[in-house]
Amino acid sequence: MSIAPSGPLAALKAAADAYVADYQARKTTLPGDSHVRAESAALVAANGLPGPREEAWRYTPLRPFAEAQFKPTAKAEPSAALLARLPQVEATRLVFVDGRFHSELSGVPAGFRVTTGEPAYGTLARPAAEKLVALNTMLAEDGAAIHVPANTDAGTVLLASLATGAAVGFHPRHHIVLEPGAKLTLLDVTIGEGEYLNNPVLTFEVAAGATVTHLRTQDEGAGAFHLSTVYAEVAEGGTYDSFALILGAKLARMEVHARLAGPNAAAHLNAAQLLGASQHADFTTIVRHDAPNTASRQTVKNVLTGRSRGVFQGKIEVARIAQKTDGYQMNQALLLSANAEMDSKPQLEIYADDVKCSHGATVGALDADQLFYLRSRGVPEAEARAILVRAFLSEALDPISHEGARAAMEAAIAAWWAKGGTVQT
Amino acid sequence: MPAVAETLDTVQAATEGGYKWGFSTDIEMEMAPKGLNEDIIRLISARKNEPQWLLDWRLAAYAVWLKMTEPEWAMLNHPPIDYQDLHYYAAPKKKAGPKSLDEVDPELLRTYEKLGIPLRERAILAGVEGADGAPADGDRPQVAMDAVFDSVSVATTFKSTLAKAGVIFCPISEAVQEHPELVRKYLGSVVPTNDNYFAALNSAVFTDGSFVYIPKGVRCPMELSTYFRINARNTGQFERTLIIAEEGSFVSYLEGCTAPQRDENQLHAAVVELVAFDDAQIKYSTVQNWYPGDSEGKGGIYNFVTKRGHCRGARSKISWTQVETGSAITWKYPSCVLQGDDSVGEFYSVALTNNYQQADTGTKMIHIGKRTKSTIVSKGISAGHSNNTYRGLVRIDRRADGARNFTQCDSLLIGDQCGAHTVPYIESRNPTAKLEHEATTSKIAEDQLFYCRQRGLSEEDAVGLIVNGFCKDVLKELPMEFAVEAQKLLAISLEGSVG
Repeated sequence: MSIAPSGPLAALKAAADAYVADYQARKTTLPGDSHVRAESAALVAANGLPGPREEAWRYTPLRPFAEAQFKPTAKAEPSAALLARLPQVEATRLVFVDGRFHSELSGVPAGFRVTTGEPAYGTLARPAAEKLVALNTMLAEDGAAIHVPANTDAGTVLLASLATGAAVGFHPRHHIVLEPGAKLTLLDVTIGEGEYLNNPVLTFEVAAGATVTHLRTQDEGAGAFHLSTVYAEVAEGGTYDSFALILGAKLARMEVHARLAGPNAAAHLNAAQLLGASQHADFTTIVRHDAPNTASRQTVKNVLTGRSRGVFQGKIEVARIAQKTDGYQMNQALLLSANAEMDSKPQLEIYADDVKCSHGATVGALDADQLFYLRSRGVPEAEARAILVRAFLSEALDPISHEGARAAMEAAIAAWWAKGGTVQT
Repeated sequence: MPAVAETLDTVQAATEGGYKWGFSTDIEMEMAPKGLNEDIIRLISARKNEPQWLLDWRLAAYAVWLKMTEPEWAMLNHPPIDYQDLHYYAAPKKKAGPKSLDEVDPELLRTYEKLGIPLRERAILAGVEGADGAPADGDRPQVAMDAVFDSVSVATTFKSTLAKAGVIFCPISEAVQEHPELVRKYLGSVVPTNDNYFAALNSAVFTDGSFVYIPKGVRCPMELSTYFRINARNTGQFERTLIIAEEGSFVSYLEGCTAPQRDENQLHAAVVELVAFDDAQIKYSTVQNWYPGDSEGKGGIYNFVTKRGHCRGARSKISWTQVETGSAITWKYPSCVLQGDDSVGEFYSVALTNNYQQADTGTKMIHIGKRTKSTIVSKGISAGHSNNTYRGLVRIDRRADGARNFTQCDSLLIGDQCGAHTVPYIESRNPTAKLEHEATTSKIAEDQLFYCRQRGLSEEDAVGLIVNGFCKDVLKELPMEFAVEAQKLLAISLEGSVG
């Protein structure tokens, strides 16, 4: 008698097989480059999904994701409540509903190009290295290709993903190109209701002297899985400047690969994770310094309540050629409840000698002395805690120069706090 | 301690570059045939006249090892190790006890001389009758020493002085015979046989090592020391050390390692287990200077060591200090399991790699008890084509209220062909715990070098001075004599890396 295999590995294998079967069934109708898609399908079939034994996934088990089932998307309309959650800022809107481009809700770009209707694959993603990227490549149906011409300021683009919670799985694929000297602020908002899978891949090509500001708000539904991967390649004197506010989803993983390919390129990967209940969120960054005089800055703050688990993995790689690298990384966590957990793995891998690289990590509760200071001046306990948490987050939030985006994020943080940040202590 | 002090003289006397301990002693060895199987394990056990339970324990460990695979997560590259191409047992041939030093195998004596072991201790080590009871010099710090020659502990000095205090310090093979109840109770209780690949291998084939037992309330009257040497060709050295500190006791233990210069890569897989009960303190210091291979990266020791201390009692303390300058490959994570409330774990480390050396070393601090504290200070220096990795884990359990950790990892790069890496894991499950970690990477500043050069120091001396300053926080934790030796070692290991 044979016993059917069980456990996380079997569940991951079964899920990968089911995704490949879905691809096989629909492959003739999926838009875009079928060759790229087929290559990734072979990778998913061969490599499956990331398992618990993989170093990069040691703190984020994907078993709950593997055991959930998602069906392909259909055209859907978002609720008014969902639409109302979009930030009210002046921007060119690119709205995707359940992963599909929604032209009625979107605006027309001026001075730059946007194409939609098929996955914008680009060339930066590495499906052979990142298994979820292979999954995305295999099943992607839509995405935005944004192209900003040289020395053009494209202003602010709101790239919104709205999920209606119909137990669907979608794999958006966006590609953003900034030609030399171009500028773009991308407000990347992913919100939704209920249970679903959002597995987006975004690739950024930042040419010499170009600057992209990537401001992300992940406020997915309480039952959702958000698994995103970003690749940014920055040429000489270019900047990839990003901030991610992470509030939602049952299980979230944001993985960012930034490569500083030309001298004087810079990357900022700041984030704030605010988690409660039994949420699990993982912010993973890999910054590769591949040219001299490059700089990277990372400030990642975590506020954890309830039974939530926060994960930060940050790696700075400095290639032999990348002399005069300046790398800085700070990861701090506040544990506000007895059952919260923080796992942090800041890593340095350095092959050049004339560099200045440092990282720091702290984990702890709110400072009792600081609380006492505020209480002794008549500030009520709850308010005192709110003030301290807000102050804790400011180092990550302050660099956001886009006023509207920052105001929207501040409001989201205030709402999160009002909703229960103080309850579980 | 005289041994280290005179080792120093040897160091100072040598002015040319290269490995100063690159000699091998040509004495008759008794060797098991190459290869590893149950019969070899039975042979080792029979040679040591071990009780059945220990043989069973070894065989069980071997069965576990066969099912395991070599770990690959460390940032180390080496050709696969052929575990069947090694001798798992090598012992100097025994003669009847010599009456005086004149009768001792002159080769063995010459080895001791080169190791820098003083005459009287040499006599004791060589087993000269009546030498054991000799009084020690009053003006010298006393160190009791257990020399491990390849796999066999040759002799233990100052046994009688220690016996008066109730301290047991002897080769573990002797402890198996004389204190079987203690060995059986504690062996494998900190590092179980299935802990990892190399610990399982060690459990199956360990041949000797030191055993230390400090009774309740006793402050060990002298520093205890083990000098490890690898002598024979193609032998693996698998020593096993077990230190038990009963309630309220204190012991400081020094471990030094050298190995003759050999072309082949030699395997070393030791296990060290420490147990500290209520209010007990164990201070464990290591200066590791195994042969690192030549400047082309040929040869050298593969050092895969499992070291772990268990703070079982309240207010107990275990402190690891290590200076790692040798070995072609170092894979070593001296750790503390902080179980007793208010227990303390410390890890102070200097790891220096030059030429083609690779070191992947660090610590694990597991906080289980309330108000447990740990401090980690790690200094990595990479030169030449070497790679140096700090890998550490700090884990705070849910129950560890008020736990505290401070970690500092600094890396120094000398030259643009080497690598320095930091891989810390920080896991906290208790909101009242406070953890801090910081790491920096830098090179020797031009202005520091200029300052020293301007005052007449050669570039090499200047680098040595700056590196010693960089390591000061760790070196000051070493017992004084060891600290002096360690400073010289750092300077010597860096030879040829600048200019």
